Amino acid sequence: MPTNESQLQGPAVEVTGLECGYDDTVILKDVSFTVARGEIFFVIGGSGCGKSTLLRHLVGLNLPRQGEVKFLGAPFSAADAATRRAQQKNFGLLFQSGALWSSLTLRQNVALPLEEYTTLNRREIAELAALKLGQVGLAGYEDYFPAEISGGMKKRAGLARALALDPAILFFDEPSAGLDPVTSRKLDELIVEIRELFGTTIVVVSHELASIYDIADRVIMLEKQAQGIVAEGAPKALATTSNDPRVKEFLTRGTGRIPHL
Amino acid sequence: MSDVTEQLPPRVSVQTGMEGLEVALSGVWRITDARRSWAELVGANPPTRVKVQMEAVEKWDSSLLLFVFEIQEACRASGAYCDVSAVPAKVRTLLGQLAASHNSSVPFDRTDSFLTGVGNATVDAWSKAKEIMQFVGECVLSGARLVRLPHKFRWKDCIDEMQQCGAMSLPIVSLISFLVGVIMAYQAAVQLRQFGADIYVADLVGLAVVREMGPMMAAIVLAGRTGAAFAATLGNMKANEEIDALSALGISPVDFLVMPRIVALGLMMPLLALYANGVGIMGGMVVASIVLEIPPAAYWIETQSIVDLSDIGTGLFKALTFGLLIGLSGCLRGLQAERSAMGVGRAATSAVVTAILLIIVSNTFFAVAFNILGV
Repeated sequence: MPTNESQLQGPAVEVTGLECGYDDTVILKDVSFTVARGEIFFVIGGSGCGKSTLLRHLVGLNLPRQGEVKFLGAPFSAADAATRRAQQKNFGLLFQSGALWSSLTLRQNVALPLEEYTTLNRREIAELAALKLGQVGLAGYEDYFPAEISGGMKKRAGLARALALDPAILFFDEPSAGLDPVTSRKLDELIVEIRELFGTTIVVVSHELASIYDIADRVIMLEKQAQGIVAEGAPKALATTSNDPRVKEFLTRGTGRIPHL
Repeated sequence: MSDVTEQLPPRVSVQTGMEGLEVALSGVWRITDARRSWAELVGANPPTRVKVQMEAVEKWDSSLLLFVFEIQEACRASGAYCDVSAVPAKVRTLLGQLAASHNSSVPFDRTDSFLTGVGNATVDAWSKAKEIMQFVGECVLSGARLVRLPHKFRWKDCIDEMQQCGAMSLPIVSLISFLVGVIMAYQAAVQLRQFGADIYVADLVGLAVVREMGPMMAAIVLAGRTGAAFAATLGNMKANEEIDALSALGISPVDFLVMPRIVALGLMMPLLALYANGVGIMGGMVVASIVLEIPPAAYWIETQSIVDLSDIGTGLFKALTFGLLIGLSGCLRGLQAERSAMGVGRAATSAVVTAILLIIVSNTFFAVAFNILGV
């Protein structure tokens, strides 16, 4: 939640020459990009192009085979496990399905990171958890279990949990997957609101065109055959000026013009 | 972190000025760092007027919010005036939200009255009983379909399951049955040696293993191993909506998933019991030859003289029953599982408990029935 942006220099996320893959298969090669602080940055591309793989490698769930990831100017993927753990406090991650812990209530879900990483007392933790749940529009649902709420609410509760430690960077994996258009749009509005309020840097993995045109400041597009980035820039500019047929096709749904969404 | 600002701790300076107590916040406020509490700052004499300023704050998050909120709450409690007009509008908005969630955050009461609890438990027990009856009924119908149309049965799945619950459980069944044979032979040896009746160890071990312990130990091992696996697999399939997908296609989940498993267990259990009998008798033979110095050949002849086909037959019949019970309880609990990680875990536990309970209860029933029938 930086209020004094001028004090902070350098990009929030810096990726250089990243190579990702599992076992013997290389999925992405030589991926390099930076995300400025306070930016809403989308990683886009068709299914199977390696978006989620890239995200897993960014947040340290998998380690890259080559290349480096830096957060807020400090090495992350090249650092030792203890340093990585310390850095993980600086970012929040919203999984596709919310990934709430099913045996805990929403309040307990949000409180867990606070209990783990802060010295706050129980009353303060409960208040803060209620505040975070209120911010995502779940006031009154603090004592519900994940099984008792809808998919969209689960996602919002997952967002409240990701926000618990006031992260400098938030990662979203397919935030609109499985949501109706209205709920999906509300989540987009929430993402923008979080950025306005806290200055959070936001990295979203998505192929939802409506969200991409609505809220993305800048995107990178991954492509399966290229095993890497094929385009980078503001989505509307890319859709109108890019000469790459793959980019044009994706961003215009194959129609050649920006869809009315 | 490399940020220079990160190194500054959250700081609070308090001084008495024109407008009462002036609280100036500065430094970096991170939720993960420790901060001072308002109560310890002001001590025993609370001020009547507080003004909060935060111009010198480099970076802030919920940590600062909680601190200012603590000041506001303390002022409200002591009747003092708290002036937050100097803090940025963003912070004031968030303070408002915090106050709202503080007021509205009433814990949800999940406790039921005693009568409601009893009522719910009764309704629950009745619906569970119905579910069990329905499930057993479906299995019987599915069994009838299997007899009428054997080519429609999923033999490949059944053979895979037979491999899993039969061949793969040989090592653990061997170990347990051998040790049970050893334990029984030891117990018998200590008592029978007092009367010079050493050779009857073979009779005791032979009969007990073939009629009771062989089938039962094999069944208990399989209840833990295979029954739990059935429940976890089916529970997970239910959570993933795989079972709904079958029903939506008009395929009975009992035909498709349950029958191959039950048939596999029903076929494998008697074989495993037979194997367990042999290994158990060998355990007894080892103890007899080492402790009582009875030659294995003599032990074997004595065993042959006392154990007849009807003993082995009753044991195998029991084993078949146990196998069906383990398969039924594993699949039933799996299909009843709640659609969550916890539900799958509970289903596996409950499958093992149900299977062992049914094994012991049915064994008691067999003991009485075989006694009356004289077999």
